Amino acid sequence: MTGITDARAFPLRPAKRKGGDAGNAGIGSKPGFLSYGILLAVLLGSAYPLWWSFVVGSGTNATRAETFPLIPGGNFFANASQVLGAIPFWQALGNSLIVSSIITVSVVTFSTLAGYAFAKLRFRGRDGLMIFVIATMAIPTQLGIIPLFIVMRELGWTGELGAVIVPTLVTAFGVFFMRQYLVDVIPDELIEAARVDGANQIRTFINVAIPAARPAMAILALFTFMMAWTDYLWPLIVLDPTNPTLQTALGQLQSGYYVDYSIVLAGAILSTIPLLILFIVAGRQLISGIMQGAVKG
Amino acid sequence: MTSTLDRPDLAVPAPKRPATRERLTWRQRLGRFDVKASPYAYISPFFVLFGLTGLFPLVYTLVVSVHEWELLQGQGEFVGLENFANVLQDRFFWNSIFNTLSIFLLSTVPQIAMALVIAAVLDQALKARTFWRMSVLLPYVVTPVAVALIFSSMFNEADGLANNLVGLLGIEPIQWKHDTLASHIAIATMVNWRWTGYNALILLAAMQAVPRDLHESAAIDGAGTARRFFSITIPSIRPTLIFVIITATIGGLQIFAEPKLFDVSSAGGIGGYDRQFQTTVLYLWEMAFFRQNFGEAAAIAWLLFLLIVGIGLINFFISKRIATAEGRVIKKRTAKRLATKEVGK
Repeated sequence: MTGITDARAFPLRPAKRKGGDAGNAGIGSKPGFLSYGILLAVLLGSAYPLWWSFVVGSGTNATRAETFPLIPGGNFFANASQVLGAIPFWQALGNSLIVSSIITVSVVTFSTLAGYAFAKLRFRGRDGLMIFVIATMAIPTQLGIIPLFIVMRELGWTGELGAVIVPTLVTAFGVFFMRQYLVDVIPDELIEAARVDGANQIRTFINVAIPAARPAMAILALFTFMMAWTDYLWPLIVLDPTNPTLQTALGQLQSGYYVDYSIVLAGAILSTIPLLILFIVAGRQLISGIMQGAVKG
Repeated sequence: MTSTLDRPDLAVPAPKRPATRERLTWRQRLGRFDVKASPYAYISPFFVLFGLTGLFPLVYTLVVSVHEWELLQGQGEFVGLENFANVLQDRFFWNSIFNTLSIFLLSTVPQIAMALVIAAVLDQALKARTFWRMSVLLPYVVTPVAVALIFSSMFNEADGLANNLVGLLGIEPIQWKHDTLASHIAIATMVNWRWTGYNALILLAAMQAVPRDLHESAAIDGAGTARRFFSITIPSIRPTLIFVIITATIGGLQIFAEPKLFDVSSAGGIGGYDRQFQTTVLYLWEMAFFRQNFGEAAAIAWLLFLLIVGIGLINFFISKRIATAEGRVIKKRTAKRLATKEVGK
């Protein structure tokens, strides 16, 4: 991994970088030992809790008593299979995949449609509605859980995955994010040209907006997936322990008077593997997405 | 659809004379309807779904909060503000507010300070830049539930890693799960671990937008690293800093998974045997689904919302003030420096 990868780390707005960061320095021109020392400490702080969990999760409960365990034991698979016996792990994993995928597709689709309309089409009430969208971004989701639960129970959806999926089919943040991106990225002339060529509105959207929006759609998808995957409170309320998502199933490992931490930690590691893979594959996009959001925000 | 056929149809200018209107073909009318109606068609799925799943519950929470309302019996009689009055007189509610604010301060303040330092370190000509950035972000992919499991094991009082390390320093084992302050520190540690790197990357992006010549000219003027950090970097990234502080506030006041899973065995996951780390969202959950009192739970939801808005506003004004004050000092300093330079010539 070298520093040359910057162009890929910033796929979204290469033109707007002032000065760039390729070889350009901020505060101290030459990062010295102190800088690398701090980074090394941060790396250890980030990674050691995970490594420690793996070491304990692959040992026995006695491993945890060691002051500073570093070497993994040979019990990971034994502990992992105990996890699989204690909670419906595969079912939970499948549920989490279904829930997060449907939410992601829905949020990205509707956000792109609405974001494009807000960014590039002229219509009555546009500005007022956009302000409304921005204002609703600040509303915490916890505020609505009680009525949502009442409604879900009336509908007989409690215990079903639909009850987890439906409340998050759209997000105000998604619309805002896509609008902010598309407003800069599609020149008005391009839409005009498509119109002159005889494309109707939906054709323009498909042929002009979607190709331009693709990088932002990928980032929005990544973050929406993460959000849906990590959610704990709402699935805990609305699903049964027999049909959980990965997060609520994982929470069950901790219940009971006697807790065998080597099994709990094996479960924590096991459940983190899918996101670790995602992180290795899409880490750069995640980083650029976060940094992109900052420039916008 | 061939473009030659459609071109004249859609390129028709807006009808200024009513006479031409009569002569529009159905195709032209369709085209115009397309232009007018499409935007609404594109935004309506969002607004319809958002109305059902976002706005309706919001209003309905208010309705629930002014009624007697039990989980099983459902809607009871109208009680006005009684639920709010009960909640405001409830010492467990105030206990949860205290815990939330305490954990919030212990997590937000060090988190943003650390994120600033990490961002400044990352904002240099580093070797293996992407590697360092990824290492900073690693904890973000561990879900709050997994974080809670990992750290509640680390902070286990009898033989957890935290007390093992503390023991090396010759300190008595700390009662991480019994003592109020210690448990708050432990929970804040979880939040800090997961979010510091994320915030550092946001701040890093803002730092990279600061013009480099500002740093260079300050360096020529003899300003050291720390001085430039406080006098140039922080004022320049002000809007982003405010953004980070506000999002950290909104997140920090809604902590749930971490206290819920920190010590399940002692009291069924309501935030400690003596509620010493029960946050407000956790209390809301307990009120609704343990005690099954939806009316009071809805009142708690509204009070929490007001608290979040209130603290968000306070944060906004404080950070705005601090940053502008710093900005002013710099302007003055630069003016002075320029003046002395002029004189020196």
